[in-house]
Amino acid sequence: MELNTQQLLKAYRKMREIREFEERLHTENTSGDIPGFIHLYTGEEAIAVGVCENLQQTDYIGSTHRGHGHCIAKGCDIHAMMAEIFGKDAGLCRGKGGSMHIADLSKGMLGANAIVGGAPPLVIGAALTAKTRNNGGVAVSFTGDGGSNQGLVFEAINMAVVLQLPAIFVFENNGYGEATGHNYAVGGRDIAGRAAGFGLPAVTVDGTDFFAVYEATAEAVKRAREGGGPSVIEAKAFRWHGHFEGDPGLYRGEGEIERLRADHDPLKIFASKTAGTLTREALEAIDAEVKAQVDDAVIKARAAGYPVAESLLTDVYVSY
Amino acid sequence: MTIKTYREAIRDALAQEMARDESVVLIGEDLRGGHGGNAPEEAKVEAFGGVLGVTKGLWTQFGSARVIDTPITESAIIGMAAGAAVTGLRPVAELMFMDFFGVSHDALYNQAAKFRYMFGGKAKAPLVVRGMIGAGFSAAAQHSQSPYNIFATTPGLKVVVPSSPYDAKGLLIQSIRDDDPVVFCEHKMLYDMKGEVPDESYTLPLGQANYTREGEDVTIIALSAMVHKANQVADKLLKEGISVEVVDPRTVSPLDEEGILESVASTGRVVIVDESAARFGFAHDVAALIASQAFHFLKAPVALITPPHTPVPFSPALEKLWIPDVDRIEAAVRQLMEA
Repeated sequence: MELNTQQLLKAYRKMREIREFEERLHTENTSGDIPGFIHLYTGEEAIAVGVCENLQQTDYIGSTHRGHGHCIAKGCDIHAMMAEIFGKDAGLCRGKGGSMHIADLSKGMLGANAIVGGAPPLVIGAALTAKTRNNGGVAVSFTGDGGSNQGLVFEAINMAVVLQLPAIFVFENNGYGEATGHNYAVGGRDIAGRAAGFGLPAVTVDGTDFFAVYEATAEAVKRAREGGGPSVIEAKAFRWHGHFEGDPGLYRGEGEIERLRADHDPLKIFASKTAGTLTREALEAIDAEVKAQVDDAVIKARAAGYPVAESLLTDVYVSY
Repeated sequence: MTIKTYREAIRDALAQEMARDESVVLIGEDLRGGHGGNAPEEAKVEAFGGVLGVTKGLWTQFGSARVIDTPITESAIIGMAAGAAVTGLRPVAELMFMDFFGVSHDALYNQAAKFRYMFGGKAKAPLVVRGMIGAGFSAAAQHSQSPYNIFATTPGLKVVVPSSPYDAKGLLIQSIRDDDPVVFCEHKMLYDMKGEVPDESYTLPLGQANYTREGEDVTIIALSAMVHKANQVADKLLKEGISVEVVDPRTVSPLDEEGILESVASTGRVVIVDESAARFGFAHDVAALIASQAFHFLKAPVALITPPHTPVPFSPALEKLWIPDVDRIEAAVRQLMEA
């Protein structure tokens, strides 16, 4: 399918936003001002954006503990995300969620999720809502190769097949579940093949190639919206940073990250594939705008206030 | 008023709420029963209606889109219910036996219970998880537990434990309408219990204790099936001039602390009867509440009557010993009167 220039520029901007956001967090984190754990998404931008560019705001996604990229791709406000990661009251979750729990239901973002394999069971619920209301909505879960080994993920897939839910299960195979290689930890190594046994279409795509992800998702979304039931997409990509910030990456091969940055950069791949349509100047203009936007988000997040003590006790129940 | 069983009262609540609100859906194993299978379709309609027949008739009334039979997969059931709740439905998920929560607990404990707080107040998960608790059926160690104490340790979850048909209907309707995740514990030994239940819809507030007997000498605090044993003791001792007040908190979380403490203040003697665990159970939590808030009213130490800290035994001979019984409650009350 053909994307017009405007759509291509938007996709590039989203990927650049994720890249800039994550690389900036990598730097900011060294200041010691960011509480808790940070898991960066750099290197996997084409998956989040390739998937979410097929979705409407009313569609839902469920994410992982490596969730910033999914949040940005689904349209969460970058300023509010940054404030959340700094633990500030202006954050998307009023400083009560942090990096691993960023959510914005008004954008169809069901939350980053600090439980490995946490999203698929929730996403079949969002798909059930869409099916029950017959509103043509779809729901997409993101899960890593590590999460693919959680039994509950496949209970969710089976349920989606049984109930013919408009759900799409995206597996981001970035080669590592924490510090353990997928070659070791994923029996059979083929996540899509494993999922296909449940009786639904399952494909493997190059997760560094926006277009491959976009097209596979477009097909799955179309099928889901038309009542054709769930699908699985395994997207193979690479994680450029450690499992968490501060992970020295002793399990990596020598020069592995340098090679990934040089040969498997989703943004460079995108730029080269669109070279005939998008000018370098146009992309550089986006780069500069996004950099300014993220700079501003960091400045504002740092300046923002922490939640007041009273908010410790609010939002447990809706009503007592 | 009509006389209905606890089972019928629960079915009434489900049917009336489903008729009132299209976003209420039921999710669980064999809620209808009979999907798939080789019997002719007409023969297997509502083959089960829930494993103990609670949901019988609802599939006929509301159809497969709202009475959803699932594979045997508690994790996916509760996970799906949590996701559906946070996106706009009001699912009532059936866990069949509450004992099975172990495999599905993440969706409650880490997800639904925490959405609201973790997302800064911007989410709600109006989900009800129904399931059976209780010993007395010789259903043995994995089908007889009363783990409401475990649910109640999770902030964000509401935990309801009704003791009568009237309470079951009113509390379930309130639970379905409540915007928080609710774990609704039905005692399997009460399903056939009969009582007066209005035909029309009504709600009972969560977090409000019910004094099933009023008295002056001793307070018995009890939940679910234990309430009836406490009432029995109260009725018996009244003839001897010992006046026993029985307080049924009805919900473990939120807990009507005020309602409990008021009774303790007036009697000064307390027996707590609890079928959850003998350690870290409901009884211990209430005892701690009383010790910290009402110690000066106490005329004697608080008596705790729980099962031993063991799994539930299978043999009826052992199970009878395991469940707190009327004799133990009566003895505790007498002992307090002598103290």
